Amino acid sequence: MTDVSEHVTDFNEVNKGLSEENAVLEALRCMNCVRPSCVKGCPVCIDIPAFVEKVANRDFAGAVGVVKENNMLPAICGRVCPQETQCEGSCILARKEKPVSIGALERFVADWEREHGVKTPEVAAPTGKKVAVVGSGPAGLTAAAELARMGHSVTVFESLHAAGGVLMYGIPNFRLPKEIVQAEIEQVKALGVEIKLNHLVGRSVSTEELLAYDAVFLGTGAGLPYFMGIEGENLCGVYSANEFLTRVNLMHANCFPGFDTPVKRGAKVVVAGGGNVAMDAARVARRLGAEVTLVYRRREEDLPARAVEVTNAQAEGVNFVCCANPVQVLGEKTVSGVECVRMEMCELDASGRPKPSCIEGSNFVLEADVFIEAIGQGPNPLLVSMLPALTRERRGNVIVDEDGQTTIARVYAAGDVATGAATVIWAMGSAKKAAAAIDRMLRAE
Amino acid sequence: MYLVEEATQLADKVFQMWIHAPQVARHARAGQFLILRIDETGERIPITISAVKGDSVRVIFMTIGKTTEHLSTLKKGDALRDVVGPLGKPSEIRKYGTVVVIGGGVGVASTPIIAREAKEAGNHVIGIIGARNKDLLLLEDEMKEICDELFITTDDGSKGIHGFASTVLEQLLKERELGCVWIIGPAIMMKVTSGVTKPYGVKTFVSLNPIMVDGTGMCGSCRVTVGGETKFACVDGPEFDAHQVDFGGLMQRQRMYVDEEKEALEHFHHPHGGCGCCGGEH
Repeated sequence: MTDVSEHVTDFNEVNKGLSEENAVLEALRCMNCVRPSCVKGCPVCIDIPAFVEKVANRDFAGAVGVVKENNMLPAICGRVCPQETQCEGSCILARKEKPVSIGALERFVADWEREHGVKTPEVAAPTGKKVAVVGSGPAGLTAAAELARMGHSVTVFESLHAAGGVLMYGIPNFRLPKEIVQAEIEQVKALGVEIKLNHLVGRSVSTEELLAYDAVFLGTGAGLPYFMGIEGENLCGVYSANEFLTRVNLMHANCFPGFDTPVKRGAKVVVAGGGNVAMDAARVARRLGAEVTLVYRRREEDLPARAVEVTNAQAEGVNFVCCANPVQVLGEKTVSGVECVRMEMCELDASGRPKPSCIEGSNFVLEADVFIEAIGQGPNPLLVSMLPALTRERRGNVIVDEDGQTTIARVYAAGDVATGAATVIWAMGSAKKAAAAIDRMLRAE
Repeated sequence: MYLVEEATQLADKVFQMWIHAPQVARHARAGQFLILRIDETGERIPITISAVKGDSVRVIFMTIGKTTEHLSTLKKGDALRDVVGPLGKPSEIRKYGTVVVIGGGVGVASTPIIAREAKEAGNHVIGIIGARNKDLLLLEDEMKEICDELFITTDDGSKGIHGFASTVLEQLLKERELGCVWIIGPAIMMKVTSGVTKPYGVKTFVSLNPIMVDGTGMCGSCRVTVGGETKFACVDGPEFDAHQVDFGGLMQRQRMYVDEEKEALEHFHHPHGGCGCCGGEH
């Protein structure tokens, strides 16, 4: 890995990946366990020992074939999966030394294939069944790829002008280069999947038109940004992380005026939140040239972001203020500062984390001209609210059974719209299950 | 790609464009908008759907910044990179009795589609269209055809009634029983005009035009305060109860990128940043 601090002025990928030699050496460390626990740790059940063994034997094409049996987006997952809590966290070697770098190997074989010629997996004979997939994020792409391989005719509807969902608008280029996202989407399309861009289901496609398909998969994600509801939130210079990241990642505001979409770069940026999205926003703001302070209401050890993202953010000069929470955005028309209050940790809550509470009179002001709220997202309400028969939880998540079946016949949901905001790989894992259930349903007819 | 089927200039700085966009045209209703992006480096801008014919939609826009200037240079046969819509909730059209549909400046673009649907719903439709002067007046013939009555106002008195739409509206409120009023125009005009209906308690809709990015409820750029609550104009609107809207907040956020808009326009006319080395075309 290269020194992250040198990247703070550009949007190039920070992690450079493994060389062929290092990949083979790393793969040779695998114990090839009889009962591999790593596979259990993988939400999409990749046969990890089999692909790692092929890497050790320098059969890179064979290795990527094994991965793609269960995961059509390996270059993406190899980069953004939290392997430390999944496959690598379950690796037997993790107990003694360090686990096999399974994520880096997955990325290596995917990148190797992209450079050496992509082989499209086989597709089953056409079933004549038509499936609509709503949303082209991790869940939608996974469901689409699975269903296409099973022989169904799949149409994906995407409301934005680019496919990929959060992979395009949310995750910055320095973590996940956009050409890699598009290359993997091309592979999904090569399976026969049709992606209709600029189609907002519920508006450009009516719910009647949607429900006319033999089956429907909802992968509309958690794109609704939550706001803190504090005073001054509508001042110029206050962004949801979604907006800030969309302006830069999808619309290339970092290249303004070469690209038309502007963004307030700010001299001093305050980011509220402690998840991966907050880290992404903070690191993007650093690259736009600002001094960045991240305010998180719990302790540093409670930060929900991946450890590596926190480390990278710190190395890039993001200043962390933990145990503090914004209470007001200051300014006349534009932001001039963020008033925060110190927090103390009380008894543990349901999540096992200490519950933060305000320390009265501890208010302090962070000078700022841009304030970004990265406090979470809810499910996109537009389409689901237009399907009244769809039962949802209080926070808006679509209720599904373990197969992803919703309360409407033939309509399945997976990913963040069903589980609430989670990771790319969890969305993919749940989408895979739903795709299998859709296939069973369609074949039973 | 979305084909430009017709592009014409209607008045000084005002242009009309018919765009082939079947999925928008098939579902478009009064009050809705679309978002377009001219090319790969373009921004996404919202524009109200002004009319629908077959698989095509009409938009009318005024050149105010880089994107609208660029848009105005497109000709029949050119294409737009992206068009998505219809976005937003349709106007709440039902039988109110007598309704008034008011358009000011380029806001007149939104009025025919509302007036037509209101007429079809069995309302007596009164139109009021206004402009600074007679040369800037839009869609007079079209509105005349749809509306049961049409009033024209100009700020300078060069055509119709000398004054503002609010003057006519005030008179109508005194003389008639009005069921509903739509006001579409610049934020300040909507604020002032809707102030007239408030004492009469007449249901009044305004169509808000804050800055948007995705237009599908994902970014919150277009948030406005309505009745003390934060609403997203793109999915909760764009039409809202005028008497609940915080117009001050709307206008403040509309000006967020004033400096950047100037810079983008400068860059459009002088791609090298106005350095003087670009061949002297401008």
